[in-house]
Parts: sequence; C-alpha cells; structure tokens
Amino acid sequence: MRNFDWKRALKYFLLKDFLVAFKLAMKYFFRPKVTINYPHEKGKISPRFRGEHALRCYPNGEERCIACKLCEAICPAQAITIDAGPRMADGSRRTTRYDIDMTKCIYCGFCQEACPVDAIVEGPNFEYATETREELFYNKEKLMENGRKWERQLAENIKLDTNFR
Amino acid sequence: MDFSSGMGLILLIVGQCLLITVSVLLCLAFLMYADRKIWAAVQMRKGPNVVGPFGLLQSFADFLKYVFKEIVIPAGSDKVVFILAPLITFVLSLVAWSVIPFNEGWVLTDLNVGILFIFAVAGLEVYGVIMGGWASNSKYPFLGSLRSAAQMISYEVSIGFIIIGILISTGSLNLTKIVMAQDGLYGLFNWYWLPHFPMVVLFFVSALAETNRPPFDLPEAEAELVAGFQVEYSSTPFLLFMIGELMTVVLMCTLISILFFGGWLSPFPFLPDGVVWLVLKVLFFFFLFAMVKAIVPRFRYDQLMRLGWKVFLPLSLGWVVVVATLAQFDVPGYARWVIEGV
Repeated sequence: MRNFDWKRALKYFLLKDFLVAFKLAMKYFFRPKVTINYPHEKGKISPRFRGEHALRCYPNGEERCIACKLCEAICPAQAITIDAGPRMADGSRRTTRYDIDMTKCIYCGFCQEACPVDAIVEGPNFEYATETREELFYNKEKLMENGRKWERQLAENIKLDTNFR
Repeated sequence: MDFSSGMGLILLIVGQCLLITVSVLLCLAFLMYADRKIWAAVQMRKGPNVVGPFGLLQSFADFLKYVFKEIVIPAGSDKVVFILAPLITFVLSLVAWSVIPFNEGWVLTDLNVGILFIFAVAGLEVYGVIMGGWASNSKYPFLGSLRSAAQMISYEVSIGFIIIGILISTGSLNLTKIVMAQDGLYGLFNWYWLPHFPMVVLFFVSALAETNRPPFDLPEAEAELVAGFQVEYSSTPFLLFMIGELMTVVLMCTLISILFFGGWLSPFPFLPDGVVWLVLKVLFFFFLFAMVKAIVPRFRYDQLMRLGWKVFLPLSLGWVVVVATLAQFDVPGYARWVIEGV
C-alpha cells in the first residue's frame, strides 16, 4: 500500500484521459466535414492528371498522329499496338490501327511525353469503368472519339502546362 | 370490451408487448443511424446521407439488404444451435424491456424483482454469443465466443455489486420504486448519482464491457478475429445479432438512467416529470457510448481481465460495505427506504 500511486489511480478512476479525449473529439465534432459528395461533387484535378487516353486532331479536323510509333516503343507495359500505312486520299503516312489495351496500361504518361505532335494524350477523365473487359480494349475509333469529346479540356491542360515542358 | 379479464386481458398484454417492441425497434433504427453519424462527425466525415432526407432511412435500407441476402450455414456447423444463437441474443435483449418503467405506471410487468430479472436476462445473453461461436465450428468465432464469455462474466460480477449498493439504498428490487426513491425537493441532486458517484463511473465502464462495445469489443476484434463470433453469420441471423447487441446497449443506457439518474424524473423541481426526461437521458448516455467507440482504443485482453477482477470487483465490493454502513446509520441519501417507509 505504501507504493500505491494514489494520484495515478485517481486520474484513471475519474476517467481523465477519457474526458480529455472527449473534449478533443467534440472539437472535431463541429469542424467542417472534409467528405466530398463524390458523384455530385468532385475533387480538383491537376492539369497533368493522367486519366483516360485520347487521340487529338488539329483544329481543321486533320488527325495529329503521324504513326511514328514512339509511343508504342516507349510503352513499358506494351499496351499500345500500331500498324501504319499510306492513307488512301493523299498517300500521307497514317496509322491504320491504333489500339490501347487499357487493362495493361499503367498510366505512366510516357506515351504523351514521347509524342512529337501531342496526338496521344492522357485526359482528365477517370470515370470510364465498364461492365466487360472487352470494352477496355480501345481502338483508334474510340480514341479519336475521346479526342473530339475532351478536346477543349485537353487543349486547356496542355496550354497550362506549356511553361514546364 | 372488458380488458380486465380473459381474452380482453390477453389482447391488452399482447398490444402492450407489440407497442414496446415496435417502438424500441423503431428507435433502434434511428439510434443506429445516430451512432454512425456521431462516429462520422468525430472523424470529420459526413456519414450516411443518401437514403432519405439526411440519410435518415439508412437503417431501413440496411435492414432490407440484410433480409434479402442469402443465409449461409457452414457445412460443419451445428445447424440448430447456429440458428438458435442469434435468436437467443435478439429475444433476450427484447425481453428485458418488459420490466423497464418508462414513466410512472408505464411498465409492462411491474415485477417486484425487476432489477434481478434484467440482471438474469443480461446474464443469459452471453449464451447467444457462446452458442454462435461454438456452433460455427471454426477457429475465430470460437476464440471470440470464449473471450466474450470470460469478459461478460467478469463484468457482470461488478455490475451485480453496484446494483446491490442501489438496492440497499432503496430497499426494493422494483425498478419503479428505485426511481421513486430518487424523487425529492432538489431535482437532480436527489438522484443516486451523487451519493453513489463512484459507482456511476464503474457502472458505465462495466456496461461497455457487458455489451461488448469498444473499448472492450475483444469478442469481435476486427484486427485479430475478423469479426469474432459473427464471422460465419450472414443475412438475417447476422442482423439479429446486430440488433440484439444494439438493443442491449440501449438497455444499459436506460438502466444507467433509471438506477443513477432518476429515470423519468425531471432534473429541475419546477419542471414536470415525464417520459421525455427518460428519453433525453437515454439519448445522452447513448451519445457517450458512441463517443467512447469513436475515441477510446481497444483494451488488451489481460488489461481487460485485470480491470475487471483486480480493480472493479474490490471497488464495488468495498462500496457495498460502505453503503451498507452508511445506510445502517441513516446517513441522508444512502437510506431512502427509511424516508419512504417501505
């Protein structure tokens, strides 16, 4: 009994730790919430965000890609497959096939860095979940459509990032 | 119709049972929601807010989800006991409400051993957990149920002694009389929390342990035992376990309010007594229970046992002696039965 620490015992008995924690918890209780109501609200995304891919066009509608295959060569996941050939109309070198396997892609962004004409880019879209695996095997048509759909934001993001390239 | 005998009386009793069951279950749905909102608020989250206005109907959505899921019964389990276990937990936690006085005369069974009845039912509740863990015939549930058994028994002992202190002061086992004994001129200073203050803390902590709530949720410790005795349960049986557990929590909140904080009595002498006060008190203690879950880390098993047997048991046992002595010498506040003349 001589070595009994009364002070400590009293502290535990009166639940001092609990009261202190309670005070702290009440402080946080009335803090503004940090949760974002996701489907209705979305977090801010950097202009460099690497999301879904897109193949861009020039303002006159001409496709940018010149089938240099640099993206295919640099892709560490080997997710890109390109076939090239002369175009029927004017004989210029174009891709006849441009596939990205989105299930292989690791979103490293090397393809857009390698591209000399800013044709292949990774856009701000991250909501493209699908019900089947097959839908994630993107072909040229799908990528071009993405380009048309997101062009305004893609151009804006590239403009914002120009100073750092 | 004659409600004093025969068919009429049975109908009346069934009606009262239904009224209590339905209202308690309805309250539970919203308390579950409140629980989740409180944890969310402490963690600066929003909590459920999609189903209904402010997410108020979340519990009903969860209820439907549980009910429509498939009941999986493990091949190696003892099927009868496996199904029986959640039923026992659920039914027993509901049965205890039959002796709770909500207001003067608002009690289904004005049992003269009411507190003993609740204590007995709470003691039986451990069987639901043990049976569930044992019948699953699997490692983690078994460990969980063993822990639960030892834990609930340890803390029931100290709860028993705490209650004895109250009984000595009141001179009755009837819950209504316990509340009435706390009535007086000074409102909340007449209640038992003041003379029995040390036991309020002990009872609160023991109630946490008794209901397997954090920081004593070792029987279902997610980190080690996944979900303890509930691992193998799914669908409606799981739901029954959850409802039973939460109902016991609310019951314990009610019990604290009745034993120490004057039940339906108004805290201020100039305000009328009423069921509102009991509800407010229960809500307050439920809020404390929820906050404890949000802020207190889980005990280690040996700490739990040490606290139960080496701290709470001697303290509550000593307090019984103290109260008995004080009551013998008619110290005000400790010998209400002298005043009541019961």
